[in-house]
Amino acid sequence: MPVLARWIEAAGIPTVVVTMMPAVAEERRAPRIVGVEFPYGHAFGMPGDRNMQRRVLELALRVLAGAKEFGTRVDIDIEWPVPLRDAYRAWQPKEASPIVRKLLEALRPRNSEASP
Amino acid sequence: MIVDSYRFLPRSFRPMYEGRGLFPGEEAPVWAPFEKRLATARIALLSSAGIYIKERQPSFDLEREQSNPEWGDPSWRSIPADLGAADIASAHLHMNDDDIRSDPEIALPMRLLSELVAEGEVGSATSEHLSVMGYQDRSLEGWQKETAPALVASLRDLQADGLILAPA
Repeated sequence: MPVLARWIEAAGIPTVVVTMMPAVAEERRAPRIVGVEFPYGHAFGMPGDRNMQRRVLELALRVLAGAKEFGTRVDIDIEWPVPLRDAYRAWQPKEASPIVRKLLEALRPRNSEASP
Repeated sequence: MIVDSYRFLPRSFRPMYEGRGLFPGEEAPVWAPFEKRLATARIALLSSAGIYIKERQPSFDLEREQSNPEWGDPSWRSIPADLGAADIASAHLHMNDDDIRSDPEIALPMRLLSELVAEGEVGSATSEHLSVMGYQDRSLEGWQKETAPALVASLRDLQADGLILAPA
């Protein structure tokens, strides 16, 4: 996504990336970044929480319109209002994604190797 | 406060993201100045949550990803800004999308943006917003060759003055 932002910016359209991984967006050199410490799938906040969503969107607009230099990053000071253990579990897919399944299968010892 | 970029990521996934550095060929700064006042500017949104219009657009191709796990559908969808939440579907194998289906605004805040327009904080919103599915093969070839140019053409047609991108 930071690279997609760069390609669009390079075509002359200003961009801001609202992301839960602002350090990665910085490494990938996105022009403007808003960091949120939210679970994946929740860039603008909690479902149904208009106040939280509005704070994020307004900050994104301010950074988009007001950042003076390349690489500007502003993190929003909102703590996710769900205990970490629950939030960590809740965002993950109900079934492992195909690539995770493939990686896990590659790590699993084969029967022949496991037998004496 | 400084956001912990890995707070919600399983520890074993961290090396897939951390310290990978620059994307090849994307070292130099890129910068398009935002020249208008926000109150006169037209803003577009882009989500990578795999959002599409229920029963009117094809889903992102998850079947092909199931059979080829390194591949992700690079296509994109145009989402009318006035589309109701009940008409929004999402296709993304890397997260639980229950919350997005209950409130799509957490990924693509189209209604909230139109409220800010009505209040005069933002000049206008584009008549359509943009959607991609964020899981892509490492080269990003499909996005680079086809999707990015198509998104740029669409943003120009929509006369967008700026774009807010939200990774899922």
